[in-house]
Amino acid sequence: MDNARIDQIIDKHQGEASSLIQVLLEIQSENRWLPKEALARVSEKLQVPLTRIQHIATFYKAFSLVPKGRHEIHICMGTACHVRGAQRVLDTVQDLTGIKPGETDLDLKFSLETVNCLGCCALGPVMEIDGKTHGKMSPAETADALKKYE
Amino acid sequence: MSKIMLTIDGREVQAQEGMTILEAAQSVGIDIPTLCRHEKLEPYGACRICTVEAENKGWTKLVASCLYPVEQNLVVRTRSEKVDRIRKMILQLLLSHAPDARELQDLAKEYGADKDRFEKEASFCIHCGLCVRYCAEVKKKNAVGFVNRGARREISFIPEIASKECWNCKECFPLCPTEALQAAYILTEALISSSPSFTT
Repeated sequence: MDNARIDQIIDKHQGEASSLIQVLLEIQSENRWLPKEALARVSEKLQVPLTRIQHIATFYKAFSLVPKGRHEIHICMGTACHVRGAQRVLDTVQDLTGIKPGETDLDLKFSLETVNCLGCCALGPVMEIDGKTHGKMSPAETADALKKYE
Repeated sequence: MSKIMLTIDGREVQAQEGMTILEAAQSVGIDIPTLCRHEKLEPYGACRICTVEAENKGWTKLVASCLYPVEQNLVVRTRSEKVDRIRKMILQLLLSHAPDARELQDLAKEYGADKDRFEKEASFCIHCGLCVRYCAEVKKKNAVGFVNRGARREISFIPEIASKECWNCKECFPLCPTEALQAAYILTEALISSSPSFTT
């Protein structure tokens, strides 16, 4: 992500320091992570110390300071999904992608996270990829679903 | 500026509006322990060791005296059984982070806190924020800040700023109520891990 685009996002928020989180969120959603250079640019333009930006960027889970994959997999490990076999779904995804929760594979294809509830317990076990919900997953269906993503 | 009368430990105390309980107590020589306080910095209320009982119109609440402003007819107790118990618990929790801190050990003796009450997790940092706030408020360099949250919260130097500013300052080191070495350690770590292109 180049400085021009970052400046554009900042200008959209009139360069207000109070819009810091909004600016960071937009960079995060476009770039999928927050590179150090981007944070330095935001710090300079919004006149917010880098320590403060670092504090905020590490506080919220929505921000990532390391590159994320093109597709984000969220596997629900909540109680309902757990008793319906979320662990098997997770194991399948781990085997196929070779990454553990919180990690990203080398090709930047997938990032894997576990979550504690996605709010649709009747569909358990639930897996969400890039915001699309896959419900009532069996290990075989999980493997099929993953194949659709490039 | 209107005058406010309040009672601290049974003594009538006159205070100015806008003063905190801690300041009012100190003005008449009543000692309240503090860890995260520094006269050059804004009150922060991180350590909670200055917790006191404040009673107003029959309601008693526990407040951090370094932040709570004085009120008319407030009755403050700085050493009740409850306050002592809370300070003891806070000290035990802090000691699990920094078991060797002199300042904490002295307080522990006074309040009968057992430094082995909780499993040790010696990070040395008790999150008082003195170094972070001193760097931001007094030096205005913002070289050190907090990162992460909850149990994983810790201080971290920004290598690009630290490599320029810190070696000639180091004023935050003696402020640390636990181990000044910790700040030095983290600083060194930050400088080593920063890539050569950034250091000047």
